Amino acid sequence: MWDWNFAISILPKLLQAMLITLSAAICSFLLSVIVGLLFALGRRSKFKPLARTIGGIVEFIRSTPLLVQLFFIFYVLPNYSITLSPFTAGVIGLGLHYSTYLSEVYRSGIDAIPKGQWEAGKALNFSPLQIWFRIILPQAIPPVIPVFGNYLIVMFKDTPLLSAITVVEMMQTAKIIGSESFRYLEPFTIVGVLFFVLSFPSALLVRKLEGRLNKNTRKENMTKDARKEVAINEPTAKFESNSV
Amino acid sequence: MQSILVLLPSLLQGAVVTIEITLISAVLSFFMAFIAGFGRLSKFFIIRMIASIYIEVFRGTSLLVQLFWLYFALPMFGLQLPPMVAGIIALVLNYGAYGAEVVRSAILAVPKGQTEASIALNLSNWQRMRLVILPQALLIMLPTFGNNLIELLKSTSLVSLVTIADLTFKGIELQTTTLQSTTIFSLLLILYFVIAYPLSLGVRWIERRVSVGRM
Repeated sequence: MWDWNFAISILPKLLQAMLITLSAAICSFLLSVIVGLLFALGRRSKFKPLARTIGGIVEFIRSTPLLVQLFFIFYVLPNYSITLSPFTAGVIGLGLHYSTYLSEVYRSGIDAIPKGQWEAGKALNFSPLQIWFRIILPQAIPPVIPVFGNYLIVMFKDTPLLSAITVVEMMQTAKIIGSESFRYLEPFTIVGVLFFVLSFPSALLVRKLEGRLNKNTRKENMTKDARKEVAINEPTAKFESNSV
Repeated sequence: MQSILVLLPSLLQGAVVTIEITLISAVLSFFMAFIAGFGRLSKFFIIRMIASIYIEVFRGTSLLVQLFWLYFALPMFGLQLPPMVAGIIALVLNYGAYGAEVVRSAILAVPKGQTEASIALNLSNWQRMRLVILPQALLIMLPTFGNNLIELLKSTSLVSLVTIADLTFKGIELQTTTLQSTTIFSLLLILYFVIAYPLSLGVRWIERRVSVGRM
């Protein structure tokens, strides 16, 4: 059954492979943060054909499995003489897949900006680019950052799919160990534990961040509502504090 | 064009398997979600604990790892599952865990006054759940469950890696024999889209219907 000696002997190999898993997740995350923003901006373009095309692409990528997309990139692109290393192909596939999810996150952030902000930008004679980068995005992005954190964790849990296109990350390493030693229990269990140990605490952290963010915005709203009350009560409060 | 006609019958066979697996796992994970979701809201600490551990473990690890564990590691305990069973169990446990959180949050989202009102009306616990809370919670759950169904459909492609002859598996098989990777993988993507897109349109329709008079 479970063999501790064997488990300990394969641990270094798996930990090393974990670095590849982590770097794949981080590289694809960075890619999807950038491409997701481009998708979100493109979808709001005033030039309708562009907006529709990007909308179609996003819809298509979201509705098809990541695994098939990885196969597509890995096996089809060489036919057009674009040869990618498995790692690059994997990062592009993973990054592109999640950029469609992140573009929706950006969208929700952008939609939450009051219309008056756009009008104020126009009134100040800002160019569209200035309005986007000086007014809208600085307000739209910070509130959605915890959601990005969630997607980073989800993406991390999808990296084992890269083993299907021969990236030697944790899963592939475990498979190789298994096929060499005919022992699958230990490698696969360790991989599962490593995934859990990394993703569960991060998920808790993100949930906490999200909770704090919600609380902050709620407080802000409350002070806005309570501002009048405070203004009315202020003189007496001051008077009382002076008298004491 | 001709090659498409040659490839299509085999791929459609795989598509039928994909749809079968999706439906079976969807129904079973729906039940799993309710069991675990109610478990997390239970009065008893031990049941709450077991449900939480199950949910966090299956949400915290990767579906592919779970699938491989069931298929490759369980035989070391003398339990050899057929690929189809291992595939469906992995999907059900994974999506059941995600669904459980949907069930839990939807039940908690029903206003507290509803619970108090049903206590005031002297309804039993079971009546309260069945007549007051669940009908409202189900409406909240529906759109999220719909989205999970689409995710589940896409995740079924992973079962091809434990030799189940689903759509993806047929695609890989054809690719190794005919080497027409461009046509085959394009067809695969289109077929998955054709199955998933009506589903996502349906989810959007339900979302609109459910939010009528609520927004």
